[in-house]
Amino acid sequence: MKLLTLNFLTCAIKTCKTSPASFPLHPRDCELEVVESESVNLPFLKNILPRLMWDELRVIADELGLPALPSTPPTRDDLVEPSSSSTTTISHAQNAGNAAEGQQQAEEKPSQTARDLHRVLLETCIKEGKLVCGNCGHEYKVMEGVANFLLPGHLV
Amino acid sequence: MSRPEDILPPDLFYNDTESRKYTTSSRIQRIQSEMTHRALSLLSLTTPSLILDIGCGSGLSGEILSQTPLEGTPGGPHTWIGMDISSSMLSVALEKEVEGDLMLADAGQGVPFRAGTFDAAISISAVQWLCNAESSEESPAGRLSRFFNGLYASLRRGGRAVCQFYPKNDEQKKMVSQAAIKAGFGAGLLEDDPGTKNAKTYLVLTVGGGELDGDITGVVGGMEGVDVMDTRRRGRGMKRGKEVKGSKAWIMRKKEQMERKGRVVKANSKYTGRKRRIQW
Ligand SMILES: C[S@@+](CC[C@H](N)C(=O)[O-])C[C@H]1O[C@@H](n2cnc3c(N)ncnc32)[C@H](O)[C@@H]1O
Ligand SMILES: [Zn+2]
Repeated sequence: MKLLTLNFLTCAIKTCKTSPASFPLHPRDCELEVVESESVNLPFLKNILPRLMWDELRVIADELGLPALPSTPPTRDDLVEPSSSSTTTISHAQNAGNAAEGQQQAEEKPSQTARDLHRVLLETCIKEGKLVCGNCGHEYKVMEGVANFLLPGHLV
Repeated sequence: MSRPEDILPPDLFYNDTESRKYTTSSRIQRIQSEMTHRALSLLSLTTPSLILDIGCGSGLSGEILSQTPLEGTPGGPHTWIGMDISSSMLSVALEKEVEGDLMLADAGQGVPFRAGTFDAAISISAVQWLCNAESSEESPAGRLSRFFNGLYASLRRGGRAVCQFYPKNDEQKKMVSQAAIKAGFGAGLLEDDPGTKNAKTYLVLTVGGGELDGDITGVVGGMEGVDVMDTRRRGRGMKRGKEVKGSKAWIMRKKEQMERKGRVVKANSKYTGRKRRIQW
């Protein structure tokens, strides 16, 4: 399971829904694996960036013993290699719909920051271990990278 | 023809043998691929997005989300997370090394993601399974409502979901659509080849607040055989022309509408309708 996913998963138990401590789930006894991908999906990173919970991502990285992440998140502009800066002045609307902008984005190159973010979010995976809710203590097992979120009937 | 849903619960029906048989059938591969492309065309994504695949199975639907526009996936390649109740199906997906993240979960128990996680969601040939309750503690209505409420919350404002499913009959079709509407979605039903044995039903769902503001008519409008169920009520005697979208009057009316639907809305303050500084 990618760290990206962990930045969005919450405890599934109904009574935890309203508790802030049910996010993020905390990894315990985890075995990590880096699954390299062919390329960095820069438009995806730009899209997802404002939705990340950065402080929680830092906590998780720390709990997993990964190198510390910067205290503030990168900006969208930080993700683009400066040499392709002729295109970075375009406004990156959420619904970057038209073909012209699509092409512009295709020309942009990911910066080292983008590659680092890609490595953390999309290539660093939890292979085995547990995810623990900070509110109720429920443990979700992860096996072969697949988290088990099936709940016993009385907890639904 | 007998429906698998009537024989066994999904996690028992999709056992190791059936999951392998399902995934390797070239007929099934073709049909699932066609339906996934159809669902994608209804999502109209223009940029690589984060997508939830409900009942992802062995990844026949998900692997299409990972493809590029040149390979036929609009806005792709997308990043997806799949949930499925059958560990056998997920094992086949692991063997195939699909790119999406997988989790073992029962959609009838809810959608365990924080609010506004996904740009979009798809579900191909799975939602009819939610119309069965496997234990006496559960009801189909309860399962459908937990699923659609969770799905609604997990999508970002302006997000969309498309669920292709096989309703047993008109009653089931209605039960599913009503559950989605009750959760807050704008909903439309699209039927391809209606009345034939190849009939396909797509439930197209929108979340208000984005570009579309929940207006489903813009998504499926003008399409053949589309049945739009628009439950949004217009304020009585409201002169719509005078109201500017985003203005205080507009926000107050929206809040009123939401309150009428029983949704929790922020209390009005003197700041209601004022611009706020963007944090990012
Ligand atoms: C016909 S398969 C479709 C799989 C995949 N979407 C595809 O297009 O090939 C239906 C899938 O729905 C899954 N399913 C059924 N009920 C479910 C539930 N309550 N929660 C999650 N998945 C479920 C089944 O396990 C099965 O993998
Ligand atoms: Zn919990």
